[in-house]
Amino acid sequence: MTNVAVQAGALDVGSQANRSALGRAVSAVTSRLVIIVPYLWLLVFFLIPFIIVFKISLSQTAIAMPPYTPVMGLGDGISGLFNQLRELGIDNYIWLTEDPLYFNAYVSSVVIAGISTFLALLVGFPIAYGMARAPATIRPTLLMLVILPFWTSFLIRVYAWIGILKPEGLLNQFLLATGVIDEPLVILNTHAAIFIGIVYSYLPFMILPLYSTLEKMDFSLIEAAQDLGCTPIGAFWKITFPLALPGVVAGCMLVFIPAVGEFVIPDLLGGSQTLMIGKTLWNEFFANRDWPVSSAVAVILLLLLVVPIMIFQSAQARAQEQGR
Amino acid sequence: MKSLGSIRREFAPWNDPNAKPYIAFENVTKRFGDFTAVNNLSLSVYEREFFALLGASGCGKSTLLRMLAGFEEPTAGRILLDGQDLRGIPPYRRPVNMMFQSYALFPHMTVEQNIAFGLKQDGMAKPAIEQRVKEMLDLVKLTQFSKRKPHQLSGGQRQRVALARSVAKRPKVLLLDEPLGALDKKLREETQFELMDLQQELGLTFVVVTHDQEEAMTMADRIAILDKGEVMQVATPAEIYEAPASRFVAGFVGNVNMFEGTVAAREANTARITGASGAEIVVENAGDAAAGNSVAFAIRPEKIKVSSRRPEGAANAMEGEVYDLAYLGDMTVYHVKLGDGQVVKASALNSARQTDDPLTWNDRAWISFRPDAGVVLTR
Amino acid sequence: MNASWSRFNITSIVLGFAFLYLPIVLLIIFSFNESKLVTVWGGFSTKWYGSLFNNRGLMDAAWVTIRVGLISATVATVLGTLAALTLTRYTRFRGRVLFSGMVFAPLVMPEVITGLSLLLLFVAIGLDRGFLTVILAHITFSMCFVAVVVQSRLMTFDRSLEEAAMDLGAPPVKTFFQITLPVIMPAIVSGWMLAFTLSIDDLVISSFASGPGATTLPMKIYSQVRLGVTPEINAACTLMIAVVAVGVIAASVVNKRREVQRQRDEQAAQRG
Repeated sequence: MTNVAVQAGALDVGSQANRSALGRAVSAVTSRLVIIVPYLWLLVFFLIPFIIVFKISLSQTAIAMPPYTPVMGLGDGISGLFNQLRELGIDNYIWLTEDPLYFNAYVSSVVIAGISTFLALLVGFPIAYGMARAPATIRPTLLMLVILPFWTSFLIRVYAWIGILKPEGLLNQFLLATGVIDEPLVILNTHAAIFIGIVYSYLPFMILPLYSTLEKMDFSLIEAAQDLGCTPIGAFWKITFPLALPGVVAGCMLVFIPAVGEFVIPDLLGGSQTLMIGKTLWNEFFANRDWPVSSAVAVILLLLLVVPIMIFQSAQARAQEQGR
Repeated sequence: MKSLGSIRREFAPWNDPNAKPYIAFENVTKRFGDFTAVNNLSLSVYEREFFALLGASGCGKSTLLRMLAGFEEPTAGRILLDGQDLRGIPPYRRPVNMMFQSYALFPHMTVEQNIAFGLKQDGMAKPAIEQRVKEMLDLVKLTQFSKRKPHQLSGGQRQRVALARSVAKRPKVLLLDEPLGALDKKLREETQFELMDLQQELGLTFVVVTHDQEEAMTMADRIAILDKGEVMQVATPAEIYEAPASRFVAGFVGNVNMFEGTVAAREANTARITGASGAEIVVENAGDAAAGNSVAFAIRPEKIKVSSRRPEGAANAMEGEVYDLAYLGDMTVYHVKLGDGQVVKASALNSARQTDDPLTWNDRAWISFRPDAGVVLTR
Repeated sequence: MNASWSRFNITSIVLGFAFLYLPIVLLIIFSFNESKLVTVWGGFSTKWYGSLFNNRGLMDAAWVTIRVGLISATVATVLGTLAALTLTRYTRFRGRVLFSGMVFAPLVMPEVITGLSLLLLFVAIGLDRGFLTVILAHITFSMCFVAVVVQSRLMTFDRSLEEAAMDLGAPPVKTFFQITLPVIMPAIVSGWMLAFTLSIDDLVISSFASGPGATTLPMKIYSQVRLGVTPEINAACTLMIAVVAVGVIAASVVNKRREVQRQRDEQAAQRG
C-alpha cells in the first residue's frame, strides 16, 4: 500500500492540468481498492474466524447461547476484558489428551489418509502414465474425462458407492451371480469402504499433477536407459519415477491433506465404528454442542496439517521454478 | 525530384550548431534496485531524424525507449521533448507512440479497431476516425484485411498493423522496439526499406531500438552505440564503421583486426606504433594519440592486402603464414598468423575467376595496408 | 499409431475410467428404476422424477442452492479477480505474504475447520445464521479458487498490451476495462463456473454456516441419505450431475471449436 502512495505522490508534479490530477487521484484510489477489498474480506472471513476458533478453544463450555464462556466483549471496559482473559485456559487441550478417543481419532485419521493416499498413487500412476503416453490428439479428451467427475458433487459421488457396497448392493449381486463368492462381502461400514471412497473421490487430484509431470517427460530417456542395458522395470525406477517425483509429492499431498480432515466419506461409508477427526469434530459440535472442545480439535488438526501443507507448497514452488 | 539518397546526404542537423535537439536526454540515470540500467547518459535526437539505439541485450537501450514513452521515470536527470520536460507526464498523455517488439496487438479487436483505438482515446469524431483508419490501411496495404483479428494475420501483416496503429495518431516521435526482430530474414530486408520510406513520407522522428547492427546501419541517420547504460559513440553509420571512437565500438560493429602497441613517435598527423613483438606500424591519421600512449590500431579485414611476396613500396607489411582460409564465393577470408602469434583476418574480393597467386594453407604470406587504412584508438 | 501406447497403458486407462465413471453411471441408471429398492432393477420408469418435483422440501432446497450459487459465484468472481490482480500486479505492499497465504490456505483447508471458524465468527458478531451467512461463507472459500484460476491467466498476460493501450492514450482504468478485462475474460468465466459448482456442491461448510430456512440441496440430500438410499435421491443427483455435465461439456466444446478455428485461421494466415 505504501508503494501505491509513493507512485501517486511521484506523479504529483506541477505542469499538469487539474483534470489529469483528478484522473491520477482516481486511479490511485482504484488501485488501492483492488488490494483493500479482497484483503479486508479475507481478514474478516478467514483470518479473524481462526483467531476466534483459537480463543474459543481456550474458553469454558457453558449451557447458554453461545455455549461457551467468557463471551468476549468490551461491555465491561478494559478491566472487564482482562478479567475475561484470565478465564481462558488450556483445559480443553488437557481434556483432549486425557480422553483417548481424540488421540485415537487423530492417529486413525492420519493412518487412513496415509493408506488411502498410497492406494490412490497405485491406482493413479498407471492412469496418468497411460494418458501421458496416449496419442497427443486424444490427450485433451482424456484430461477432460479426468476433470469432469471433479465438477460433479462430492456428496453424490460418495453416495453412489453406498448402493454399490451395501451387503445387498450391486457389487455383491455381481460377485454372487458370477460365482466368485458364496457369501456377500461386508464392505460398507468398514475401513475398506473409506479407502475406496477416498481413492475414488480424490483420484483426479492424484492424476492431474502426475500427468502434468509425466507429460513433460522425454520418453526417449527410457529408450536411452534401455539402450544402455537397463531392464524396463529398472528404467522405471531409475528414470521415470525420479522424474515424476514432483508430481508424486504434489498428488500425494493433495490427497492426504483433505483426506485427514474428511467428514462426508467416513460418515456415509465408514459407519458408526470409524473414528476420524473430521467426524469427531462434527459430532462434538453438532451432537454434543461442545464448541470449545471442537475448537480445540480444529486447532490441533490444523497444527497436524501444517507440515504436509508446507511440503506441498515448497514442492509447488520448486515445480514453478523448473517450469520457468 | 531529388532522390532519397541526396535528401539524406543533406540532412545533418547534428552538424549545425544552431539546430535545436528535438529529444534531449540530459544526464539521465535509471536504477532498478541495485542495477543501474542507464548511467548518467546524455543524448540528442533531431527532428525528422531516423535514430537507432544499438547495443547488446541489457545495455539499457530498451530502458531509454521506455523512459521516453513514459513507462519508466528516470531516477535522475531529465528528458526533454521539443523543449518540454517529460517528467511526471504519464504515457497516455505523451505525444509519442511506440511500436512494441511483440506488436502488442489487441487480440479481441479487429485490425480496424486496433488502428482506431488511439484515435478514439483522443475523442476524434467518428467520420474522421474512419477516414484516418482507411488512410492507414492504404499506407500499409492491408485494406482487405481490415475486419480480421490479429491471429488471422501472418507475421509480416501483424507488424504492419502495429506500425499503422502507432502512426495513426500522427505522433511527434515514433518509438520502435526491435521493429523487425520477429520477421524472417527476407521479409526483414524488404521491411527495412518500407520503414525508411514511411519515415520520409510522414516526416516523423523515429527512434528505433535494435541489437542488429546491419539493420541499424541500413536504416538510421545516426546510431548510438550503448554499453552498460552508457553511450559509447553517436555517429552516422559510415563514421561508426570507418572511424570508431573506441576499441569497444570497433569490435562491436563489423569485423576488425586490433594491434595493441605504444606510440613510439608522433609528428604532424603521422604516428609510429610499436607492437609488443617489435613490429612497427605507420599511421597517417593518428588522431589525438601522443608519443608514449598505449593504443590500439584497428583495421578492417577488407583493407588488408594478402600476397605471397612482399609488396613493393608498401608502408606497412608483415610476414606470416596462411593459418586458415574461408572461400565465401564473392570473397575469400584469409587468417594469417604473424610471427608473434597474432592471427590477422584479411578479406580479398574475388574479382577474377582465378588469381595468379593462389595462396593456400601453410603458405608464407605477406599482409600489407596503407597508412590511412585504419584508425588509432586510445580508448 | 503410437507404438509406445502399449496394451498395458490402454488397459490401465480403460479400468481407471471405468472406476471413475461406473458408480455415477449406475446411480443414473437406478434413478430410472421402477422398484423402490435402489439396488434391484424393477423396470424402467421416470416416476421418481415426478415425485421429486412434488417434493416441496427438495425443490425448496434446490431453489435456495441455485440462488446461493448465483449470488456467491458472482461476488466471489469479482473478489477473486481483484485478489488475483493484487497478487500479480502489486508485488510490494505491506502484508503481501499474509495476503497470499490467506488466498491459498482455503484451497487445502479441511472444510470442517473453515466451516467451524465461519460459524463462530457469525455467532461472535451476532449475525443470525441463514441465507446470508451461507452466501458469505461460500464467497469466502470460492473466491480463492477464482483467484487461482485468474492469477494463472494473468501470469501469462502480455503486459505490453496494456502499455500499448496507455501509449495510445488510454488512462489506466480505461485500459483495464477495454484491454485487460476482455482478454482475461475466458479465465474469469471459468472461475465463475468453478465457484458456482463449488457452491452448489458444498455440504460441510453450508451445514455450519446455515440456519433455519436456508437448507441447501446437498444438506437436504445428506439428511435423507442418512435415513437410507432412495430412488428419489438418485433422481435428484442425476439432475444435478446433468446440469453440471451439460454446462462443463458445452463450455469445453465451445472452447475446443474456438481453438480449432483459431488454429485453422493461423495456418491460413501463414499460407497467404
